[in-house]
Amino acid sequence: MPIDIDIAHVARLARLSLSDTELETYKAQLGVILDHAAQVQSLEGDPQAESVHPLGFVNAFRDDEVRPSLDRGEVLKQAPDTEDGYFVVPPALETE
Amino acid sequence: MSLHELSVVEAGRRLRAGETSSVELLEANLDRASRTEAQIHAYLTIDREGAREAASQADADLADGIDHGPLHGIPVALKDNMCTRGIETTASSQILAGYVPPYDATVVARLRDAGAVIVGKTNLDEFAMGSSTENSAYGTSYNPWDISRVPGGSSGGSAAAVAAGSAFVALGSDTGGSVRQPASLSGVVGLKPTYGTVSRYGLIAFASSLDQIGPLSRSVEDSAVTLETIWGHDPLDATSHAGEYPTPSAALEKGVSGLRIGVVRELAGEGYEPAVESGVSGMIDRLSDAGGEVTEVSLPTFEIALSAYYLIAPAEASANLARFDGIRYGLRVDGSTTEELMARTRAEGFGPEVLRRILLGTYALSAGYYDAFYGQAQKVRSAIQSDFSRAYEEVDVLVSPTSPTVAFEAGARVDNPLAMYLSDICTIPSNLAGHPAISVPIGVDDGNLPIGFQVMAPALGETVMFQAAAEVERLAAFTARPILAEVAS
Repeated sequence: MPIDIDIAHVARLARLSLSDTELETYKAQLGVILDHAAQVQSLEGDPQAESVHPLGFVNAFRDDEVRPSLDRGEVLKQAPDTEDGYFVVPPALETE
Repeated sequence: MSLHELSVVEAGRRLRAGETSSVELLEANLDRASRTEAQIHAYLTIDREGAREAASQADADLADGIDHGPLHGIPVALKDNMCTRGIETTASSQILAGYVPPYDATVVARLRDAGAVIVGKTNLDEFAMGSSTENSAYGTSYNPWDISRVPGGSSGGSAAAVAAGSAFVALGSDTGGSVRQPASLSGVVGLKPTYGTVSRYGLIAFASSLDQIGPLSRSVEDSAVTLETIWGHDPLDATSHAGEYPTPSAALEKGVSGLRIGVVRELAGEGYEPAVESGVSGMIDRLSDAGGEVTEVSLPTFEIALSAYYLIAPAEASANLARFDGIRYGLRVDGSTTEELMARTRAEGFGPEVLRRILLGTYALSAGYYDAFYGQAQKVRSAIQSDFSRAYEEVDVLVSPTSPTVAFEAGARVDNPLAMYLSDICTIPSNLAGHPAISVPIGVDDGNLPIGFQVMAPALGETVMFQAAAEVERLAAFTARPILAEVAS
């Protein structure tokens, strides 16, 4: 089954700014890998449920209690740009 | 035997007998590293100062009668995808260059509490994606048995360090074989425990439903005592097992008499090197002679396990790696909008294999393709779990090669992602099922390259798995060490 990939759309979804040459290379490589991966469609027999945790867990909840978090100053030290305890980013919305 | 070649258990015995000190063990490791790193490049960071402090403390504690257990005073290396407070942690990616975690991963905290001495951080394929360490942004590691070859991956730096004697034991992480395959290629023991038994808190996530931390060691006993040090329930990991844990170190002397051993039919044949096949079948014969009840079993879904894995793991990775956006930590490449900043940072910060897997995973999860790829892969995963369950009605453990080949030449597979992926064909089923599996070295081929033997067991079946693995180790009597010329760096 030839797999048609809209690679530019996929790269946009993944927030990856790639050149046209890079996109073509990845498109070809993904085609080969997906051709192989399409073997999952050959699964025979009873329809299986999608898998869950091997030990059968569903959810783990902790008590709803206030606990100290990591030190804000220490965490923010790792950020490329901060101001007054906030992360600094360029505009997220387009403005007139 | 030189100090740097000792097992954890023997080093610990000498420590307690007053024949050596933690500081002496550490200096032996550091000295060995200074003579081997130029050739094998196992480490990204060596924390001499922190390690010396911890070793002195371990010696002082022992002198005061405080003994924290089997890893007390033992130099340990960590794969560089485990967060270490105050020590740079990069996951071998440019996108995390300079990142210094403000907290310790749970396994790191447990090691520190157990008196272990953290030597440094080892090289890996970027974000643990690969089978050779060639995807590291900081250079390839090389195999101590033959420095023209790779040590395997992704925990290749940990495998090389333990094999070369620059760490007594190391931790790696195993998502599709990333502890066992490098252990096999580097001639050491490598363990992937049952999913949920070792906390993933502070492990930089690759594929969260598959990732599991485990030790690489020079003996099966070292593997068991290290496992017992790092595992246990952790409320910081929502998938952590809260019930009973077995005591595998108690089963090491039991032998295999009456043990039902299943040989996996699907993990042999085309693509398997003759030396690997004959080594493995020779060991199976010896297990039978030692009283094991050997039968061949078929797990037909193993044939499509690799396909399922290369949809599930990239899908989860594409979600996990969304957090690397140039805003909160690591690399930033500026842009005129936030989205442009993110897209440029990510394209520049991630290497080609990581980009390939993010694209693959994003595609497999995208509208219109989810059912055919990701959803179907999850059904295959359930079918693999069913195959395992059926097999374990007949046998106690399953055995196979760990890897179809011995260590391959550096560069041999870098241009063919699919060929590289086939390295993990024997190890992936245990990750998909969440089961434990261990690789034990059993010999070398004509080129003096190690061959690994894999023992698999059902979930929480570590005791029977270690029972069999210890017998494999005794029967193999594999005592060879890599002949690595020392070169001052």
